[in-house]
Amino acid sequence: MLYSPRMLAGLWAGKTAIWLNRRIGHGGTSFPGGLGRRIAPGLLSALAAQLKQGAMVITGTNGKTTTSKMLAEMIAASKLTLTHNRAGANLVGGITAAFIESASIGGSIGSDLGVIEVDEATIPQLVREVRPRGVVVTNFFRDQLDRFGELDKTVTLVEEALALLPPQSVAILNADDPLVASIGRRYRGRVLYFGIDDRSYGSREMTQSAETRFCRLCGHPLAYDWFFFGQLGHYRCVHCGFERPQPKIRVSAIELKGEEGSAFTVNAPQGNWRVELSTPGFYNIYNALAATAAALRLDLPEPSIRAGLQGYRTNFGRMERLELDDGRRAFLALIKNPTGCDEVLRTLTQNRGPKRLLVIINDNAADGRDISWLWDADFEALAPVLPELRSISTSGLRGEDMALRLHYAGVPADAISYEPDISHAIAAALEMTSPEETLYILPTYTALLESKTALANLGHSPRYWEE
Amino acid sequence: MVQTDLRALRLVHLYPDLLNLYGDRGNIITLLRRCEWRGIPLAVERVSLNDRFAFADADLVFMGGGSDREQTLLFRDFQQHKGPALVEAAEAGLPLLSVCGGYQLLGRYYRTHTGEEMPGLGLFDAWTEAGSTRLIGNVVAEAPFLGEGVGLVGFENHSGRTFLGDRGGIRPLAQVVAGHGNNGKDKGEGAVYKNAIGTYLHGPVLPKNPALADWLLARALERRYGDGSLTPLADHWERTAHDSVARRFASR
Repeated sequence: MLYSPRMLAGLWAGKTAIWLNRRIGHGGTSFPGGLGRRIAPGLLSALAAQLKQGAMVITGTNGKTTTSKMLAEMIAASKLTLTHNRAGANLVGGITAAFIESASIGGSIGSDLGVIEVDEATIPQLVREVRPRGVVVTNFFRDQLDRFGELDKTVTLVEEALALLPPQSVAILNADDPLVASIGRRYRGRVLYFGIDDRSYGSREMTQSAETRFCRLCGHPLAYDWFFFGQLGHYRCVHCGFERPQPKIRVSAIELKGEEGSAFTVNAPQGNWRVELSTPGFYNIYNALAATAAALRLDLPEPSIRAGLQGYRTNFGRMERLELDDGRRAFLALIKNPTGCDEVLRTLTQNRGPKRLLVIINDNAADGRDISWLWDADFEALAPVLPELRSISTSGLRGEDMALRLHYAGVPADAISYEPDISHAIAAALEMTSPEETLYILPTYTALLESKTALANLGHSPRYWEE
Repeated sequence: MVQTDLRALRLVHLYPDLLNLYGDRGNIITLLRRCEWRGIPLAVERVSLNDRFAFADADLVFMGGGSDREQTLLFRDFQQHKGPALVEAAEAGLPLLSVCGGYQLLGRYYRTHTGEEMPGLGLFDAWTEAGSTRLIGNVVAEAPFLGEGVGLVGFENHSGRTFLGDRGGIRPLAQVVAGHGNNGKDKGEGAVYKNAIGTYLHGPVLPKNPALADWLLARALERRYGDGSLTPLADHWERTAHDSVARRFASR
């Protein structure tokens, strides 16, 4: 319950704004939260303090939304109630809006747990307002450098935010990312590491998308025995002794099954169990592992954790399969930074057979204005499947830049076509796709929203659009 | 069928593991492809911390930008080992492209917020002062020295403000039409000194500005073989992407 009139005024203003937004069909999710906060700055703190079993916070560059949705599924499978910024609005306004929506008209939050996905730059403020039981840090990669400045600043920001955590709280860190694990080395509170032990995927060689091969603590080169992707792998610093911490929550016996997903074994102090994940992509194993570590910290039982992962359905635009007629297939996969894009390309090249490709690049504020990252992404990896690619097209505000990138990645200039209008480009690509062919649509964030509308207008709604 | 050109070139990529922000490896990809399409063999040598290298063997050098932390890691190595030899070679006409942090390191000094001066290599008669805000956004500029009506487009993201002196005929690489350039004041963007170029343009700069890529290749060929001629390429997507950015942002 909220007793102060100011808090109630903030809450009701926020609730009214949410209702109005719905009425006018506006998708914006952060405005009601911002409004509530302007009236009652302590609103989020007051609401979050009522969570019966506290909150779990998820941050990092890639995998925040997927990890928090997986965790939400596990919590639902435990028959616990939940407040969650499900729509992925992960700045403070959007998070406050999720709590406003979850609260009763009298200002009480009935939920057992909170799951909060947080943008890296927002985490210091969030940790101060919501004193979480744990913070999961997934990984650090360059993303929207035009907004954040340098990656080092982002890592330092998260490190400083963790120092503000209450003593009983736990930092849940990816052991395989040296940028993340370096935070644990200096963190004075409790740390729980997760990581992948199995070396059947990945390589001995570093890929282009690695952010650093230098130790964040002493500046000397790191020695690697194994790379999974980017700078994630098994590493040690010969100079200062910093090395990959031995993770408590681990994954072994990985089996990648192309677009069908993957299977793997989780090894934890609580036991070992086999997981079947229907979401394709090696990186989703990391997301499942991060969600599992958070769930174990929240003392969720193993059957709920398994059920949550098994029941997890692909997140909006994260390698989503569209149902088409005549045996034609289409996948929609968000690309927004080099590492995420490389993983999507890896999944695409693993699936054999005739295919078509449509890449849609926008440079709106939510995408990042700077599209230089297209050149950090490894589109050269398409080379082995070029003979299988029946058509290659681009669209969006930066579709010409994308065409240029593909040309320099080895695609002949006249094999690429460009259509500025996204809905026309999608309609044309679907039209061309014949039975037995797979169409891959790779949009940036705002292009994904436009693609969704265009697909719905064409009568091709994917199975799992929730929001 | 691409004819084999006998004029092989050697490109040195300096500190590729430290200076690798903002897609700058796209500049290497561009130089490689534009040589490959013309049958010119281009070897890329990656030279980093503790590597010894004689710049006399190089035909072309590329240096990108890095984060403050990574620039600190290479600072001493560059000052003591590679920097002086690189400056000597560039003074003798070695073509060089430096972007952002690399450009700043090759100036006379960088003055931090606290007034501390970090010495640079002094190849460019230029100095940089830390600014309180970052200059971020698309840039459209005119670069007449690359040919009549030739422009440059790119994306800048820097807090340092760079000012040019007048030693040795150093001049701005381009005049800003939209965006900030070197310092947001004098409309200058980047620097040209002999065959060395400094710029704040990411994007990366070379793919959408093939005239600049070819200028560097022509200088390298001329210097090594006395013949800087280049077979023209169709440059369809290069021109399309360039013009699209110029149209969209020049009017702002």
